[in-house]
Amino acid sequence: MKSHTKNTPARYIPSSSPPVDQVGIAERAARFTTRSIKDTTKRAGLNMVLNMIDLTTLEGADTPNKVRQLCYKSCHLHDSIPGLPTTAAVCVYPTFVKIARTALGPHSKVNIASVATAFPSGHATLKQKLEETTQAVGDGADEIDMVISRGKFLSGDYNYVFDEIAAVKEACGKARLKVILETGELGTLDNVRRASDIAIHAGGDFIKTSTGKIASAATIPVTLVMLLAIRDHYFKTGEMVGMKPAGGISKSKLALHYLVMVKETLGPEWLDNRWFRFGASSLANDVLMQVAKLESGHYQAAQYFSKD
Amino acid sequence: MERIEVLKTYKLYIGGKFPRTESGRYYQPAGKNGKKLGNICQSSRKDLRNSVVAARTALASWAPRDPFNRSQILYRIAEMLEGRSAQFVDELKQQGSTPTAARKEVAASIDRCIYYAGWCDKYQQTFSSVNPVASAHFNFSVYEPMGVITAIAPEQSSLLGLLGTVLPIITGGNSCIVIASETKPLCAITLAEALATSDLPGGVINILTGVRAELLPIIGSHMDINAVVASDLTDTEKSNLRAEATSNLKRTIFCKQDPAKTESPYPILATQEIKTTWHPVESSITGGSAY
Repeated sequence: MKSHTKNTPARYIPSSSPPVDQVGIAERAARFTTRSIKDTTKRAGLNMVLNMIDLTTLEGADTPNKVRQLCYKSCHLHDSIPGLPTTAAVCVYPTFVKIARTALGPHSKVNIASVATAFPSGHATLKQKLEETTQAVGDGADEIDMVISRGKFLSGDYNYVFDEIAAVKEACGKARLKVILETGELGTLDNVRRASDIAIHAGGDFIKTSTGKIASAATIPVTLVMLLAIRDHYFKTGEMVGMKPAGGISKSKLALHYLVMVKETLGPEWLDNRWFRFGASSLANDVLMQVAKLESGHYQAAQYFSKD
Repeated sequence: MERIEVLKTYKLYIGGKFPRTESGRYYQPAGKNGKKLGNICQSSRKDLRNSVVAARTALASWAPRDPFNRSQILYRIAEMLEGRSAQFVDELKQQGSTPTAARKEVAASIDRCIYYAGWCDKYQQTFSSVNPVASAHFNFSVYEPMGVITAIAPEQSSLLGLLGTVLPIITGGNSCIVIASETKPLCAITLAEALATSDLPGGVINILTGVRAELLPIIGSHMDINAVVASDLTDTEKSNLRAEATSNLKRTIFCKQDPAKTESPYPILATQEIKTTWHPVESSITGGSAY
């Protein structure tokens, strides 16, 4: 397999990323939250959100049984409401990939995403990162969520970051690669744009905002900047790249705002879990509560929904 | 030239903040001599939902708080009311009370805060019990707060009735959403302004104004409300509420006494669940030991 997609240079040229109009982004981002969404649209949107969730557990306290439980939940979100979709994937640490594969079975609709490359800090040698990736894929992961080396990026070593992503992409084989930029550590929207361009050009199938491990995670403005990078790439090459905001999206209303933004920025083709995902752990339950509210007409209580 | 008076817009009190109703609706109840009392928010079901979320969040820190600290906070509410007593008297007069009655009601309201401040750290040891059982167990019953309570304040007593309904609820560690008197809502929102500057954490008391008949069915069917407290509902309202409350087995507590006139610890117990624990013990009284 080729190390990066066609039509792209083997090196990243910083001047190829346009500067970001921060005020413009903030204003545009605020607009997405003002759409009026009616009940039927909301119901369809909520189902779509559920189907786009990467149900995630990335804790030091994860146990095999917690992962099994997560896998069960991904397929049985709330059995008393018929017709609910499964989540898009479960997202776990590499050591739990085998367990998740056994729990879900070999042909599950639910993908297994595994974080890799010394998540969440990214501080490891390239060799270690590649080994971790190969192992996760070998154990049955369909998707790899890698973190970029923010230290190298911030010290201006863009080509290191580029080469590293390209190398991990090669190690992924058939698995799709999501590149976590950890935007909360990048400092400016210009840097977010630059990192997005690097990740896209180096062959990432998805770009993802955050690890969820630091306070500043996915926000609408940051996601918008990344979506614009995807759009520019699409206009230039015709290739689609996926987007995954992660961390801090726990309310269904906010998730619907994200869908509005994706539709208005990239178009309806991206409203599919092949191209758009939410990285979240508690979002699913909030969406389920809203669905139950729409079905029954009564406001719901968290205690009637499964915890994990 | 005659000056045009500015009619105050009274906002809601949810989670320690003063939002306008999400619905944008308002009404203008008439006071003494038909004069408009103000622009009062007509809460919608979404305002209720938001206040339940706020109350549920606040409950997590209010219920386990030291009883003595709850007592200090209730005392602080009394202090804040004292400072605003002139405003309360004025509003009660606008709503039709005589000056004497208004002053008496405000004084009684402040005293009621002190009364329940005293009970905060006393009801548990006064009413909990050690129960005699016919086995080698230490068996005891203690009170625990029910959770998120919706209180329907009495229609006629704008301040004292509201406090008489709400104070016992929060004394026992519950958080609450209170629906203020529909025709006399002024004091409720002024109370909110006093609460916001007291030490009461945001969300422990949430105050909604609006049409009672509109809000009752939504309260009844809400799955995250643990109990409803009311004192002056009609029989039809009561039976409807009881029927809807079965959805999540919420308690319906209809007090027979007027909360404005009752000064008693029993309303505290009305919003408490009793937890009974069986703890195995070796009886030392009978003498001798198995070991």
